[in-house]
Amino acid sequence: MEKDISESIAWAKINGDVLKSLEAPRKLYWVILVAALTLFGVGLGCEVYQYQIGMGVANLNNPHVWGLYIATFIFWIGMSHSGTLLSAILHLMHADWRKPIYRFAEAMTTFSLMTAGLFVMVHLGRLWQFYYSVPYPNERGLWPNFQSPLLWDAMAIFTYLSSSVIFLFIGMIPDLAICRDHLHEGWRKKLYTILSLGWEGTDRQWRNFRVTYLTVACFLIPLAVSVHSIVASDFAMSQQPGWHVTSFPPYFVAGALYSGCAAIITLFIILRYVFRFEEYMTLPILKKVARLTFAISMVWTYLNAIEFAAVWYSHDQAAKDVLLQKAMGPYAPFWWMMIFCGSVVPLMLAVKRFQTNIPVLFAVSLLLNLGMWLERWMIVAPTFSHGYYPWTWDGFQWPSWVQWGMVFGSFGWFTLLFMLFCKIFPSVSMYEVKEMVYHRSLASKKNELAEKGAH
Amino acid sequence: MSVTNLLENWSQFRHGHPVDDKPHEEYKWAMAIDLDACTGCNACSVACYAENNIPVVGKEKFNAGQQMHWMRIERYWPEDGREFADQGAQFLPMMCQQCEAAPCETVCPAGATNHTADGVNSQIYNRCVGSRYCSANCPFKVRYFNWYDYPSTDNVWPAEMTQQLNPDVSVRSKGVMEKCTFCVQRMTAAKNTARNEGRLVRDGEVQTACQQACPTNAISFGNLVDPESKVAKQWAHQQVELSKEVQAKDAQEGGTDLRGYRIMEELRLYPSVMYLERVRESAI
Repeated sequence: MEKDISESIAWAKINGDVLKSLEAPRKLYWVILVAALTLFGVGLGCEVYQYQIGMGVANLNNPHVWGLYIATFIFWIGMSHSGTLLSAILHLMHADWRKPIYRFAEAMTTFSLMTAGLFVMVHLGRLWQFYYSVPYPNERGLWPNFQSPLLWDAMAIFTYLSSSVIFLFIGMIPDLAICRDHLHEGWRKKLYTILSLGWEGTDRQWRNFRVTYLTVACFLIPLAVSVHSIVASDFAMSQQPGWHVTSFPPYFVAGALYSGCAAIITLFIILRYVFRFEEYMTLPILKKVARLTFAISMVWTYLNAIEFAAVWYSHDQAAKDVLLQKAMGPYAPFWWMMIFCGSVVPLMLAVKRFQTNIPVLFAVSLLLNLGMWLERWMIVAPTFSHGYYPWTWDGFQWPSWVQWGMVFGSFGWFTLLFMLFCKIFPSVSMYEVKEMVYHRSLASKKNELAEKGAH
Repeated sequence: MSVTNLLENWSQFRHGHPVDDKPHEEYKWAMAIDLDACTGCNACSVACYAENNIPVVGKEKFNAGQQMHWMRIERYWPEDGREFADQGAQFLPMMCQQCEAAPCETVCPAGATNHTADGVNSQIYNRCVGSRYCSANCPFKVRYFNWYDYPSTDNVWPAEMTQQLNPDVSVRSKGVMEKCTFCVQRMTAAKNTARNEGRLVRDGEVQTACQQACPTNAISFGNLVDPESKVAKQWAHQQVELSKEVQAKDAQEGGTDLRGYRIMEELRLYPSVMYLERVRESAI
């Protein structure tokens, strides 16, 4: 077994390498940043246009009242899950290999939640009145409808977002202190000075830090599960055929972890190149992420099969018709594409040779995410075109360029936030990599001694 | 929805079941539509447009599926092998079924759609944020969304037609959901008159626009709580009970000759509209 990280890296070199990512990335960084900004501009333009003219420009209609916005919203919520998986769940399980990569995964969580939140907003017919659906004290004594899964959604997402921002920040404090001490004068030094909260690395501070970090990690895990279960409830608690499925919450959570892991592979490869992190984001770690992704893809495939079987054997004709329509109706190309990308493509990850092959992994991870995006669309759209009521069976409503513009714009927005984060904050956790190196060298020293016969 | 409502009057806004939760006291507005009498002439739909200030969206938006007809005439052809020339369409006027346990009400995040004490499903335009969850959860898809700002759109109500707009009904701005209200403005006016005279609304005192316009009197509308009303008599005669998801007559072996039924009763929505099945051969 290859080593996750070399034990011979000096601590000062770790500092130097990571801090360099804040200063001088490769040129590709700027290319990505400009591309992201352009895409975001397109999305913003679409939203301004839709806000002015009305939701009709999205080519939504009755019965197709929800379009790509809700599908992409679920996609981004799903994306946010693997950050918590890597940083909190694997932290509790003492999986050492997560240490160099959890920071950017956690940043991914935060930013994909922010992106998802935008989709709730652009989806609203009266964006300017969005606060009607959140509980806030007002002189009229009016409250939102606590029965609505959409309200639970808003609350769950907000809780998850604020907790993951706190978690991301707390985990960064020792690193921010390193930045404070090593970076040249400027606005960033001031920022680090404020954010590092006077960290000096005393024993007492470390003890408090560990306890806080663990507490927030434990708090975050149930939130991650609940937030996507609640998004699933938006569908499972409705009465519509194809949505009213008991297995939706675990299915959504599995799908979320799946797309999140695939996105981690994508970003892993990009960051590794752009910031020259080859020594920290090593191939053995990538291999472990690839295996994890493969395992989750199989869980997702299994839950998908359960859903189909449950519908097929349920004698619920309406739900059955929706399933048949997905497989044979106007949505069939997308649906089969989803099956292919979600269940067949990940089989590539089972091949050992591909688990460390960067170009293959990059292509596979993009396809997996395409599949997972299609999955969300295939959950939302077919139910509208083939619901309970025959008069409204009208096949297909192709989303207009406004919808597509905003979908692509959201990728721009996410990339923009993420890339800015990686340039301003250390995207590899320096103190934890040091711990990792230290534990490795301790272990190897022990082995050496044992070989010599000493105890 | 205030805290007091949440804690004490919940059943006034939501019904899980029409009778068990909170029986209707004075009024329960309901409808009966005789499909045998319906000729599919669309007069009801036109009357509804006129009465409720419904925007006429034009050909282009209609083709995009963005029409606003609260009352629509659906056409069905039985699949018995005969082509159009030998067989005409069967018509079904469809509007909000004013379900007692309405799936649209529970999902609205803002509480913009609620049950009234009269057993009607209300829509508060001012409160609507436009999440369209209600429409997503409506099995009949009878809720219509304002995809554009129609009052400020050209040719929705051409100049000479603005004089025709009904002053008792508000026009709706972009981004809100709307649907059939059972002509709530007429019910309110009749109830006010009745209250001033210290009595209940009499049968036939309120007519919905569609009912009024129907040339064959296919639609009847009234108070189900009043056993003497025409609607109550029709429901009773057809043995259709508001609070049942399976009618006793349907459980009988061999069925009955009674024509009354409600659409998708098995979903436990308890709709307030009863249809009378068509028996005559469809004309061409």
